[in-house]
Amino acid sequence: MLGLGSDLLWADMNRLLRLLFHEGVLDEHFLQLHHLQDESSPNFVSEVINMYFHESEKLLNNLRSLLIHTHTHDYNKMGIHLNQLIGSSSSIGAKRLTTLCLAFRAATHHSNRPGCLRALEMLEHEYCYLKNKLHELFHIEQQRALAAAARYPLHNNNQ
Amino acid sequence: MNQVMERDGIISEEVHVLAVDDSLVDRKVIERLLKISSCKVTVVDSGISALQLLGLDEQRTTSESDDFVGLKVDLIITDYCMPGMTGYDLLKKIKGSSTFREIPVVIMSSENILPRIDRCLEEGAKDFIVKPVKLSDVKRLKNYMSTTTREVSAAAGGFGGGGGGGGGINKRKLSDTINSDDMSSSPPSISSSITPSSSSSPSDSSSPSPSPLSSPIRALDSPIRRLKMSGAD
Repeated sequence: MLGLGSDLLWADMNRLLRLLFHEGVLDEHFLQLHHLQDESSPNFVSEVINMYFHESEKLLNNLRSLLIHTHTHDYNKMGIHLNQLIGSSSSIGAKRLTTLCLAFRAATHHSNRPGCLRALEMLEHEYCYLKNKLHELFHIEQQRALAAAARYPLHNNNQ
Repeated sequence: MNQVMERDGIISEEVHVLAVDDSLVDRKVIERLLKISSCKVTVVDSGISALQLLGLDEQRTTSESDDFVGLKVDLIITDYCMPGMTGYDLLKKIKGSSTFREIPVVIMSSENILPRIDRCLEEGAKDFIVKPVKLSDVKRLKNYMSTTTREVSAAAGGFGGGGGGGGGINKRKLSDTINSDDMSSSPPSISSSITPSSSSSPSDSSSPSPSPLSSPIRALDSPIRRLKMSGAD
């Protein structure tokens, strides 16, 4: 059995996951990522998520530039960035963020600047929330792994 | 050369998939999905790179084409929305090539747009997957790829790889009858397998595969049906 410390952390992690699912922030594709992780690729999830953060921040910066820092508003280019963000967000199961991107993209199709500005703000806000929650999740998972390893120091990998 | 693996006493070759996607995240995910499904994977970030690898790009001069050996692949899976050359453009280029038109091409897209799907299937795409790609999608893809020997999986019993080039005919006929939503009009071909190490195409290699067992599942899994179910999984 797992040590009490890691039990509580496991409960914490599940509670957070359930909350994120309930809020519609994450969907089952997030869980599928975990199914792709195994001994041959033990850090797959964190690698993908970190890539996602890196890629998304670039895209969000580009969107902000295109919408706010330039005089001509290249809605076409915004659409291209959004397509990429939609793709990668749905791949990692970031459901709520994907939905916001879709709304943003609809606004670009109508060259609706106020709509785009609103959408960008919501998107940036959601991205921050998602990033914080995922970091929290990883942190709990790390602590849980440490606690379990400490309890059973000879046990290789309890995953 | 394809890697040869031995499992359960049966020698089978890994299928080689060329994956094309401009998103770094999606490339990593599709690569993992394919590797976990026992495929050899080459991933590129654009249609142009894909064509270069295959040896289909127009940049090469005739002298280069004499000794250029393109990548041998059993399936190409590509994203639809890509800057520069779209997945659709890539599909057309591949289907327009006498050397490569037999390679099954699968299109992925985060958007479920029926005219787009129709267009791709009409152009010869083998399948259209709405992203995000699932493990079950990849398992289905393996049916489109031919290997020199059949993989028999007693436990799974659902989706063994087919026989060699000759076996491919029977495999395709089976899948044509089972997958009623398959709109592909490419005729079954007796052309030799594209994989380099398949020296012979045993014509009697394909005893009935377990596909009849899995046909109801496959029919449900067919892309058109999935879309019409409006995301019900």
